[in-house]
Amino acid sequence: MSAPPILPAHPSAPQDFHAWPDAHGRFGDFGGQYVAETLMAPLAELAAAYERLRRDPAFITELDHDLKHYVGRPSPIYHAQRLSALVGGARILLKREDLNHTGAHKINNTVGQALVARHMGKPRIIAETGAGQHGVASATVAARLGLKCVVYMGSTDIERQKINVYRMKLLGAEVVPVTSGSKTLKDALNEAMRDWVTNVADTFYIIGTVAGPHPYPMMVRDFNAVVGREARAQMLEQYGRLPDAITACVGGGSNAIGLFHEFLNDPGVRIVGAEAAGHGLASGQHAASLAAGRPGVLHGNRTYVLCDDNGQIAETHSISAGLDYPGVGPEHAFLKDAGRAEYVGVTDDEAMEAFHLLARSEGILAALESSHAVAQAMKLARELPKDGLVLCNLSGRGDKDVHTIAEREGVTV
Amino acid sequence: MSRIDARFAALKAAGRAGLIPFVTAGDPAPQHTVALMHALVAAGADLIELGVPFSDPMADGPVIQHASERAIARGVGLADVLGWVAEFRKRDVDTPVVLMGYLNPVEIHGYARFANEAVAAGVDGVLLVDCPLEESSVLAPLRAAGLQLIRLAAPTTAPARMAQLCESAEGFLYYVSFAGITGAAHLSTTDIAARVADIRARARAPVAVGFGVRDAQSAKAIAAFADAVVIGSALVERLEGAGQADEIAARVQAFLTPIRVALDAH
Repeated sequence: MSAPPILPAHPSAPQDFHAWPDAHGRFGDFGGQYVAETLMAPLAELAAAYERLRRDPAFITELDHDLKHYVGRPSPIYHAQRLSALVGGARILLKREDLNHTGAHKINNTVGQALVARHMGKPRIIAETGAGQHGVASATVAARLGLKCVVYMGSTDIERQKINVYRMKLLGAEVVPVTSGSKTLKDALNEAMRDWVTNVADTFYIIGTVAGPHPYPMMVRDFNAVVGREARAQMLEQYGRLPDAITACVGGGSNAIGLFHEFLNDPGVRIVGAEAAGHGLASGQHAASLAAGRPGVLHGNRTYVLCDDNGQIAETHSISAGLDYPGVGPEHAFLKDAGRAEYVGVTDDEAMEAFHLLARSEGILAALESSHAVAQAMKLARELPKDGLVLCNLSGRGDKDVHTIAEREGVTV
Repeated sequence: MSRIDARFAALKAAGRAGLIPFVTAGDPAPQHTVALMHALVAAGADLIELGVPFSDPMADGPVIQHASERAIARGVGLADVLGWVAEFRKRDVDTPVVLMGYLNPVEIHGYARFANEAVAAGVDGVLLVDCPLEESSVLAPLRAAGLQLIRLAAPTTAPARMAQLCESAEGFLYYVSFAGITGAAHLSTTDIAARVADIRARARAPVAVGFGVRDAQSAKAIAAFADAVVIGSALVERLEGAGQADEIAARVQAFLTPIRVALDAH
């Protein structure tokens, strides 16, 4: 992690996409701190601690060391030649975040936030999780640093991600089932927030995505931005140029912003986020907040949300638990409205097709979340000539999903 | 003078502490919400906090969460809540009503539209839990329409913010008596008495204290140093499952009367 620029109070050049958020944690009309009064002080404490640490050379050295020796960075860029040939268009390149320790990009963020927690002297970590990847990544860093770890998880997600639940327990974490609301990621986030309000003196809340109140969208982005920094340098080094298009799946949007951020000021690079279109955007059973939602306020920030005309947050659907979220990080909302990034829906069926194609042609089992990005990369590749370059963030591996896939396909494992 | 200001002035003149019950609109039975509001007044409520159901009530504990879920399951929305306040106003023009809830339903309804409809219905104040001072520029149309913006203060509120909150307080300042969610059990009145006294001395509006008030004893302890006492989760819990208007009224009466008596004996 290189030292980031000092945050401007009023970004003077809105076309400089690296200047956001402003001092209030806003990305244009989005972001902010929409939380109860009780959380304002802990958020201010966190923001101050993070502002200090992100400029501290010793902290940056510590983080870089962990990313290299514990996470296993840098992750390679892999040219999926057989997949590209099958698609018949541009070259598809995969940023292999699935090769990280714990099998997904989520560890980039939890390693960073756990270091912040330790510097703040907080002995207890809490986290919310959907697919379980962030829960596992949090339990992992908590074990390594000797911190107590409690993970909130919707009871519906616990049922469909049993292996990750057991992994968290093996790592010494307590997994608390959340049975309110839709019993999924959004409810786990509510419950973790309640825990934090109640136990704020000794507890650090590791949010797993680029949502939540400021400074979380910025902090989680900064910790994941290593993905794009590496990828951009790797492209220049290995291909002598930037890609024509980059894509990643978007639930809350942490792996996507991680890849996108370094490329935001490269106007020649097309940026496309793949949201979960579930059974199709027209079906109403999806989780495509940007492609089919509207501006609203959820989980501490203004962003695009899926809700009804009474403002009640919708229950979403996606085959992948990690994308099954009715909001999205505020920076993505900003990039959509600014016209810098496009957000499109990829259905369950398209993601499954991409999953199988990648498995058979390249020997890679992608996470169902990441399979949405692969499906989108295939669409983008078809639109480009053979010498084109499409860079896709393969954000996680699919081992956790084999039971879901087997069940969907009527196979008893 | 607004209805809220007039009510607190009358309480002060009478040397009484205010009683502010909170109920979730549409729970336990949507069709009896107006009857419930009248029952609260009959049992001694000085001001009513009416919760607008929201699917993701981050600052609420399980009791109010579940009340919200029940109301939403019965189709209750912001328009229903405003309709019930208008209905309530036909028979009660004196008791202030404050809507308490979260920002998204108001945002989706539209701030200006909500402000006009709320004033027309007879709403006096609005407390939007997830809209702190820093984000409240979006609420300008509410104040412009004549709604008072009730704000929260907490034990974790830093001194500089507390000064801001005291300075900008209108209607009343709602002091959250501990850092936690609604409905939690622990409450140490001695811990908060000094802080509330300090806030009362500086705030431009009366101070109501809530979170953790469960019965006559805890209410009376708080009334010794606050202008008003808010009771939410314990009341909502007591009402759960009551389906008929007379049953709801009887439960309200049984729960609030001893509290009212204790406050007035103060």
